[in-house]
Amino acid sequence: MKLEDLLLQKKTSILEKWFQLIVETYPAETAKFLKKQKDRFANPVGAAIFQGIDGIFDQLCQEIDLDEVSPFLDKIVRIRAIQEFSPSQAVAFIFLLKHVIREELESEIRENRLSQELFIIESRIDDLALLSFNIYMKCREQIYEMKFNEVRNKTYSLLKKANLLYEIPKNVSGCQNETNTDKMTPLTV
Amino acid sequence: MAAKPDEMAYYKHSKMLQVDYKPPSRDWMDPSVDFRPGSWIYPAKAKNLKILDLPNPRDWSPTDEDWKLPDNWKEIILEGMAERLEKYRSFRLFMDICVRCGACADKCHFFIGGGDPKNMPVLRAELVRSIYRRHFTTAGKIFGKLAGGRELTIDVIKEWFYYLFQCTECRRCSVFCPYGIDTAEITMIGRELLNLVGCHINWAIEPVANCFMTGNHMGILPHAYKDMADFLAEETEEIIGIDVKGDFNRKGAEILFITPSGDIFGDPGIITFMGYLTLFRYLKDQGLDITWSTYASEGGNFGLFTSHEMIKRLNVKMYAEAKRLKVKWILGGECGHMWRVVNQYMDTMNGPADFLEEPVSPITGTKFENAKSTKMVHITEFTADLIKNNKLKLDPSRNDHVKVTFHDSCNPARAMGLLEEPRYVIKNVCNNFYEMPDNTIREQTFCCGGGAGLGTEEMMEMRLRGGLPRGNAVKYVQEKHDVNRLACICAIDRATLVTVCDYWAPGVQVTGIHELVANALVFDGEKERTTDLRGEPLKGMEGEEE
Amino acid sequence: MRLLFPLLAVAVLILVAFAGATAGLNFLFGVVIPYVAFAIFVFGVVLRVVQWARVPVPFRIPSTCGQEKSFPWIKRNKIDNPSSTGAVVVRMLLEILLFRSLFRNTKAEIHYEPFSPAGPKVTYGSAKWLWLAGLAFHWSFLTIAIRHLRFFTEPIPSFVSLLEYLDGFFQIGVPAIYATDAVILAAVTYLFIRRVIVPQLRYISLPADYFPLFLIFGIVASGVLMRYVTRIDVVGIKELAMGWVTLHPTVPDGIGVMFYVHLFLVSTLFVYFPFSKLMHMGGVFLSPTRNLANNNRAVRHINPWDYPVKIHTYDEYEDDFRDLMKQAGIPVEKE
Repeated sequence: MKLEDLLLQKKTSILEKWFQLIVETYPAETAKFLKKQKDRFANPVGAAIFQGIDGIFDQLCQEIDLDEVSPFLDKIVRIRAIQEFSPSQAVAFIFLLKHVIREELESEIRENRLSQELFIIESRIDDLALLSFNIYMKCREQIYEMKFNEVRNKTYSLLKKANLLYEIPKNVSGCQNETNTDKMTPLTV
Repeated sequence: MAAKPDEMAYYKHSKMLQVDYKPPSRDWMDPSVDFRPGSWIYPAKAKNLKILDLPNPRDWSPTDEDWKLPDNWKEIILEGMAERLEKYRSFRLFMDICVRCGACADKCHFFIGGGDPKNMPVLRAELVRSIYRRHFTTAGKIFGKLAGGRELTIDVIKEWFYYLFQCTECRRCSVFCPYGIDTAEITMIGRELLNLVGCHINWAIEPVANCFMTGNHMGILPHAYKDMADFLAEETEEIIGIDVKGDFNRKGAEILFITPSGDIFGDPGIITFMGYLTLFRYLKDQGLDITWSTYASEGGNFGLFTSHEMIKRLNVKMYAEAKRLKVKWILGGECGHMWRVVNQYMDTMNGPADFLEEPVSPITGTKFENAKSTKMVHITEFTADLIKNNKLKLDPSRNDHVKVTFHDSCNPARAMGLLEEPRYVIKNVCNNFYEMPDNTIREQTFCCGGGAGLGTEEMMEMRLRGGLPRGNAVKYVQEKHDVNRLACICAIDRATLVTVCDYWAPGVQVTGIHELVANALVFDGEKERTTDLRGEPLKGMEGEEE
Repeated sequence: MRLLFPLLAVAVLILVAFAGATAGLNFLFGVVIPYVAFAIFVFGVVLRVVQWARVPVPFRIPSTCGQEKSFPWIKRNKIDNPSSTGAVVVRMLLEILLFRSLFRNTKAEIHYEPFSPAGPKVTYGSAKWLWLAGLAFHWSFLTIAIRHLRFFTEPIPSFVSLLEYLDGFFQIGVPAIYATDAVILAAVTYLFIRRVIVPQLRYISLPADYFPLFLIFGIVASGVLMRYVTRIDVVGIKELAMGWVTLHPTVPDGIGVMFYVHLFLVSTLFVYFPFSKLMHMGGVFLSPTRNLANNNRAVRHINPWDYPVKIHTYDEYEDDFRDLMKQAGIPVEKE
């Protein structure tokens, strides 16, 4: 289909605009830093956005493969999930692409009557947004899980020592010595 | 007004993307702060403040309108500032000479990962500096805002609480400052001031209170400490087949060993603890005479995150216990801020340690001349010397199942310069070692995001933002070299980097260096090992059972 | 506002000098103000430095930026992690003369280039420009200041003449354009533009950051105009300057208005200097994170205001937990 070719032709300028819009969701001082600092270690957020949108865009120009596009979405969403964004703000970056595509390719779309194709592309963008939301939720769930893990890790050996954790015996079939629980004495408190 | 991104109308709007959802660009001099969840820490509980005789114990929350400050809070803060301007040249100077060149602006991990402009070190310092100008300089008194001054208001106190507890005192910015302005110094003094009106975080004050009473941050009672150590010794014995139990509070030992208490309960710190036990047991045959203490059972010092006075109040136990037990010198475990205190404060605060002897390794005879006054040696110095002198029989292939990178902890790197010793040890006990990119290690190392009392669960989002630069570098070596272990010499790292890696570089586990040492250490006549200290199978042993 | 006010202030200063000179207040602007300004500068700077120096350094807190001194077989970084006074002096000299910390910022690195098919490439970060501009600015300023000694000395010392010769080495134009004049104008302009266009910097900048830039720009510009455009009476100026130095001030006629503008702005700088961030010049020498050796564990540092604190002693601890300790077989002091 033609629109996909057009998109690929204009890839660089579309991505640049999209990137621009995404970083503008940050305070101006930060946006400038994200744009200017090119070192991926000094500017991990900017680099992740670059890499992420690059990969997402390639996927958009074909049938979306969930397994392939997810890591790219993840790069960006994972960061926004822990920054000061509301859930909708965190995933709204994907919709910015609709705007950029319309702006960049408006005349071509009109001339070549590609609105049907545009509809398909935009539907894909909607799919990407839903997928982003899944990833966002996964990240948030992970954060809560990590909170729990930290509490557990902090006192891990205490629980283990106090015989409060169930440990699957190393040799389930039976002849193994009864793990090491016999050596444990309950903690005297 | 246009619809906000939360509202459905936003997405129907044909020009939806012109809606400005940037945070309002407010002048930084406006002190108002939104206390967003995940970015602030619960305040110190009244009972903990009381134990420590700290001012204004009460129950409150930062999200309350009324912070229940004493009536003369303003006077207290200003007097506190005046006093400290006369006591610390660092504070005085750093208030005066910043030219706001911006070199530090993008050096803070919280700014890089989060993007809040007030996390730029220069602005974090300006939050305090503006008050200094307004109340302590002539120009500020006359010209006020024009001279960069701000009136001290309750909102400023709230802003300080928010941003001074978003600084991990890692000192990365000070490396890049042309005048060596150290934000950690300003943060420390700022926190002292907040302390004067009872605004501190529980995650720092509770460990301090625990440490004051029981000798360690976790509040572990003496018998429980010994019990846990013995339990870990038994766990170790299961794996290596040798009894590695240590002893406690034994008078007349040659060396006292002190390490952070986080390593006795926390996973994976406990494995590092098992590593110490293993190494000490190994050296026992060569004449190592070492004991542990339940009174000085904490290497770390959360006093550093509270006030200078509190550093001293907690640190005093190290020398006191060394004196009581009549040891010759002290060996210190793997801990970051502990070594900032030991290297830069201990001797000044609680020395001179003239009752101790200049440290000499009983195994190699090496004099630790760089520690001749403080009389305290870092365990990676100790171990590096052992390896250099061929006193350890090592089989690095027993760490072949791990690919290691090393995270320089902030304080050993930037308040000590302990860069090569840990690397030397790792390279001798592991065959697979890969460095992270240059601008993320050594003196430029990125913080774990959880130092200086911030490593608590309610701070999770902020910590993950701060951990992003580090996690990103870990991810890089993970992708490039299949790195699966992040070694560090800090107990806070061992707690917080686990989380940072889980989120930013899943699959990478965190390890102390002496865990790796113990894995590689070959005892005479030992049984064949099939697993490492974690109970994970060694390379080539997968699927085999004991 | 933060930008406009300092700009206005400098404009007003220039107008005042113009008005003064045209109204014939030559003695006031040529003698009284310079004397007062110079006195304020000297006293002010000394006072500030003494004030700082009086404040104790309770703890030895150098930022270490390299390997510490430990074993002879581990290569240490003597400069970035100094362990002796000599090494500290070297560190400070590199810091003060070459702005080493700012330079650190600017290592050439392999950069990830977005959307570039060429892959990673080596580039220089923008911070290198800050270092370069800072260095150019400060060195030019120093050179120009030394060059001005020719007005205050008779005979002119050879190093001043040599410096002048080197500075005008390129022999462009008549009179020969000094390289430092061009460099300092470029550097000040860069430092200003940087502040305005980098949002991070604009956000943090105060009037106190713009004012000295405008003031110095005004000083350099008026100096340059005098030398290359309006052509003032150099002999007269030398007479005036020698008058100051010999404490027999006379004001020759016909020196030219531009000179008074220049002189008045310089006087303003003198007065402003001790009370401003420009004191970083003196402060950098005193910075405890840079001017101390990292030898804490080998040589004890003394805190002059150290005081006893409330502690929890071992005896108190044993009293709290004696039974538990005994039960666990941990040795105790009192049975």
